[in-house]
This record gives sequence, structure tokens and C-alpha cells, in this order.
Amino acid sequence: MSVSRRDFMAMGAAATAGAAIAPGIRLIELAQAKSPEEAVTAAQRWGLLIDTNKCNKGCTSCVDACHTENGIDHEQLKGSDATKPQWIRKVEVKDPNTGYEHSLPVMCQHCQEPPCVDVCPTGASFKRADGIVLVDRHICIGCRYCMMACPYKARSFEHEDITGQKEYAPRGKGTVESCTMCVHKVDRGDGTTACAEACAKEGHNAILFGDLNDPKSEIAQTVRSKATRRIREDLNLDNSVRYIGI
Amino acid sequence: MKKAIHFRMIEGNSLGFVALLAVLGAIIAAGLGATYYMEHNGHWVTGMTNKVIWGTPHVFAVFLIVAASGALNVASIASAFNRVAYKPMARLSALLAITLLVGGLAVLVLDLGRPDRLIVAMTYYNFKSIFAWNIYLYTGFMAIVGIYIWVMMDNSVRQFYKAAGIAAFIWRLALTTGTGSIFGFLVARQAYDAAIMAPMFIIMSFSFGLAIFLLVLMCSMKWTGRPIGDRILNRLKNLQGVFVAAVLYFAVAYHLTNLYATEHHGIERFILLDGGIYTQLFWIGQILIGGIIPLLLLFTPLSRSRGVIALAAVLVILGGLAQMYVIIIGGQAYPLVMFPGMEVSSSFLDGAIAEYSPSLPEVLLGLGGVAIALAATTFALKVLPFLPASLADADVDPHYKEETAEASAEAA
Repeated sequence: MSVSRRDFMAMGAAATAGAAIAPGIRLIELAQAKSPEEAVTAAQRWGLLIDTNKCNKGCTSCVDACHTENGIDHEQLKGSDATKPQWIRKVEVKDPNTGYEHSLPVMCQHCQEPPCVDVCPTGASFKRADGIVLVDRHICIGCRYCMMACPYKARSFEHEDITGQKEYAPRGKGTVESCTMCVHKVDRGDGTTACAEACAKEGHNAILFGDLNDPKSEIAQTVRSKATRRIREDLNLDNSVRYIGI
Repeated sequence: MKKAIHFRMIEGNSLGFVALLAVLGAIIAAGLGATYYMEHNGHWVTGMTNKVIWGTPHVFAVFLIVAASGALNVASIASAFNRVAYKPMARLSALLAITLLVGGLAVLVLDLGRPDRLIVAMTYYNFKSIFAWNIYLYTGFMAIVGIYIWVMMDNSVRQFYKAAGIAAFIWRLALTTGTGSIFGFLVARQAYDAAIMAPMFIIMSFSFGLAIFLLVLMCSMKWTGRPIGDRILNRLKNLQGVFVAAVLYFAVAYHLTNLYATEHHGIERFILLDGGIYTQLFWIGQILIGGIIPLLLLFTPLSRSRGVIALAAVLVILGGLAQMYVIIIGGQAYPLVMFPGMEVSSSFLDGAIAEYSPSLPEVLLGLGGVAIALAATTFALKVLPFLPASLADADVDPHYKEETAEASAEAA
């Protein structure tokens, strides 16, 4: 194969252009990655997909992992089950007509139209740009209106003094708290949550964490190809937590 | 011929006066002690949980706040609706509106998880929150009713009387709409999420507020040796009867609407049929004691006795507290319906009726709020001329004629 001088020049130009542009493209990719100092943006929308077919009745690894990760110690607390914090719980659901039973974890559903944020008088309940719903424990006055408004019973009021807190998950008596979607792990770039990690470790893989806005992510691809549902879809709250099999 | 209305401060140096303030002071102290106990230990020492989030303090607080706007009825009838006979009672009516609101808000604030952060609530606002609107509605109400009292007491600003009266009337409607909407706006729960909450709370305020006003009026006039005429009392008791009937009507409309929708059958069955204490409080407390018996007492010849009228007012208040308990606590005790038609269970009592029993500190805090309202009223009566010197028919009723008095005396 002979290459004319003209073709050679053209290929050379293309190669030079490619070499010049490629790092630029890589830079765009890098620029989209977030440093810890940067504010979150709506470029990401973090979510969870829970496959109840894979969730084992009686298994509480996700709950245990959440407690360990976020410094929640029920043993240490004096109150009843109804006063202890419940960021995530296992719910058993049975269809009385067919007898079909399944088990699923329920946590904050990180609604994009969160009723808790609507009703909070001080703005302590807020939604980050990336869809994670949190409580600012510094301006929560403990009125508990968000708990009245939450359709998922996902929020807990801290009923007593707590010790052994994690510095990345500050909590305090007299304020309201709930699942943070392990926001400290997300911001650190771990790419998973404590519950999803624990579930995978058990070999169940029922909880999938990821960026719903990233078309290449496993969660985005799965929700695109399978029927998924949100709890209480009638309320149209656009939850970031989706379920298969409910 | 129209007579001038005389207002006179109460002397407030009798043993009874001092004893009354001492008792109220002791209840307030107990309420504050209860607050300290609850806040120091945390809310786990109360009956409240993550399922029954708002407890007995909220029953008292919401009752007092609702009653506060209703206590203004009599003043509104006098100013906004030009009923001269009610004018002598308008100052007391406005005073009670403020003191009851203060009592209710005190309970609400002292039950917060972080009452020390009240300043945060005053400086950070989320204007989509009905709670945030209410902060303005409550403080605005106190300011407007304060101005209203001023124009009633100071002849130099008399020209603003009507305007202040109308402003206060409109504001109190907005205020109770806001209070009812705290529940009306809650989409999550079966017992709430209903537009009827706002008007129902308004009509409840009419009834509960007037009942408290009636009792305070009768006691303060009697204890200071001032007469109340039969005709004026008769008007008030008839008004009370109409309000009681209206509250019953709203209860019927609310439950009937819910009963029609299959999705609400669970909560209706719970409240009306098998909810244990909530069912009892509904039928015996709200309907019988707070509704039917007062109607019988007020609209039969029994009501010729002043004691019976006072008893009816007491029953309206007790029934009102029962109604608040059923709405606030019953509404939370019934589980959230996350999976309609399914049986659910969990370590966090999903699908189960939440247990709640009021703890002593909660009750003391609630009663403390009532005592704050009454003590403030008692004190105000001593320092400013709120109470009329006489409510005898001859002094206040514009339609009073000697003959009718004689005729009614003969008939009696």
C-alpha cells in the first residue's frame, strides 16, 4: 500500500488533532468528577434499587450495617423499640388473598418532592441537588412535623442522649434523623452505601446503589429494562428508591 | 336610651384572688418542672414515640390555640357585626384570645425537641411550610388583637374600632385555617389529608372558644359581685348550642365522606368501631359528652339554670379535648398504609396500632399551658379595665324594655 504525500499529510494532521483533543476530552471527564470542597450538582441523582425477590426474610445485614456505619446502637438506649432510631427496617409484606410473602428493607425514600422538606418550618429538612434528602441537625428544632408528613415512617426523633457518634454522622437528642444514603460515603466516592455493601457481602445483591442520571450505570440500565415501582406511587413523590417485586 | 358602658378593674386583693393565682402558679410551676424533666432526659420518658410523634402536649396546645381564636367571637360579633349588646364583653373576649394563644404556644414550644432553639425558628424560614406561616399568623394575631384592645380602651383612637375589629376577625379565620391545615396538608396519613380540616377547626374554635369565654365570664362576674342579665346569657347559650350542633355536623360530614371511600375504611373502622380508647373517646367523649348532652342542656328548659349553662360549657370543653385527642393521637395510632391491601409487619411495628398512654409530665405540661392562660387573664383583669361593671339587661341590652322585664318576671 502506497501512501501519497497528500494522504500522509492528512493522516498526520488527524493524528495531531486527535492527540491534542484526547486529553481535553479526558479533562472534561475529570472536570465532572467532584472534589470534596465542591458543591453537589444535579448532574448526579443517587438512588437505590431494591430487588425484593433477592431479599431474604429474616436477614437483617443491611440494618446491622447501617447501624454500625452510622453509630446507631440500640443496646445503649433505654427506650422502647418505638423510641429507638430506625433509619432502615425490614418489613414483611403478605398478600392476604394469595398468601404470597416477601421481605424488603424500607428507609428514607429520598423523594424528589419530599413532604418532609415541604413542611419543615426552618428548612432543616432539605434535599441536595443530587437528590439526597437530609436533616441539618444544627437548625432542626425538634418539632417532628416532618415525621408527621413522611408517608414511609422513615424518620426518627432522637429520644435520648447518645454516645459513640461517628464524626461523619452527627446526631443529637431532640432532633430528627433518617437515612442519609450514606452521604459521607457517596461524597468520598465509595460508590456504594453500607446497606448495599452488606447485602452484596451476604451474596444476596438485593440492594443496588448508583447514579440514576448516568445512563451507563448499572442502576440506570436496570430501571430502564425492568419494571420497577416506588412505595406509595399514588402520592407521586418521585422517590429515588425503587423496588422490584412489590 | 343607650347607656354608657362602664368597665372596672377587679380589686384583686381578696383571699380568693390570691388563692386562685397561687393555685394557677403552682400548676405552672409543675408544668415547667415537667418540661425540665422531659427535656433533660429526652422524650423517651414520655408516652410519645416515633409512631405517636405528637402526644398529649399537642392535644392541649392545639386545643388552646383553636379556642383562642374562638374566644374572640364575642368581640367580633360586637365590632364586625355591630351587635351592641355584645360590646361590653368585647374586651374580655379579646383578652382571652391573646392569653389562650400564649398558653397554647407555650406548651407547643416547651414540647419541642430543642426549645432552646426558638431563636432558630424565628430566624430561619421555609415559606412552603404551614408551620412557618403559622408563626406569622400567631404573632400577627397577638399584635392585631392587642391593637384591637387598645382602640377599645382608648377613646382617642376610637375611629379605628371598626377597622381593627374586622381585621382581627379576618385574621382569626386565617389563623384557624392555618391550624386546621397543619393536619389537612398531611398527605401521608389516612386520618388527615382533608380540606375539611380547615373549616372544621374554625367551627371547633367557635364552640370551644365560646365555652371557655362563657365560663371565664360567669366566674369573673360572679366572684366580683357583678350582675349578668338573663337575656344576654340566653343569647350566649343559644349561640353556644348552635356552635355545638355545627361541630357535630362537621364530624358527620368528615366521617361520612371517609366512609364512602374504600381506602379510608380502615381508619374509619378504627375510630368508629374497634379502636378501643379512641372509639370510646369519639362516641362517649366527643359525641355524647361534647355534643349531645350539651345540646340537651342548652336547648331544653334545663337551661334556665345558670349552673346548667356552666355545666354545658364544661362538657363542651371536655368533649373538645376528647375530639382533639381522637384527631391528633388516634390519627397517628392508626398505622401508615404503605402497601394497601397487604398485611405488613416489622420490628418497627409496621401495620400495628401504635400504643400510647399519656405520661404524667405530658399532662402537667398541658395543664401548665391552661394555667398560664388563666393566670394571665386573672392578672390582666386586675391591671386594666377589661371587665364590665354590669351586664344586667337594663344596662346592656338595646332592646330592653321595662315591660318585658316585668312580663318575664311574671312568667317566671
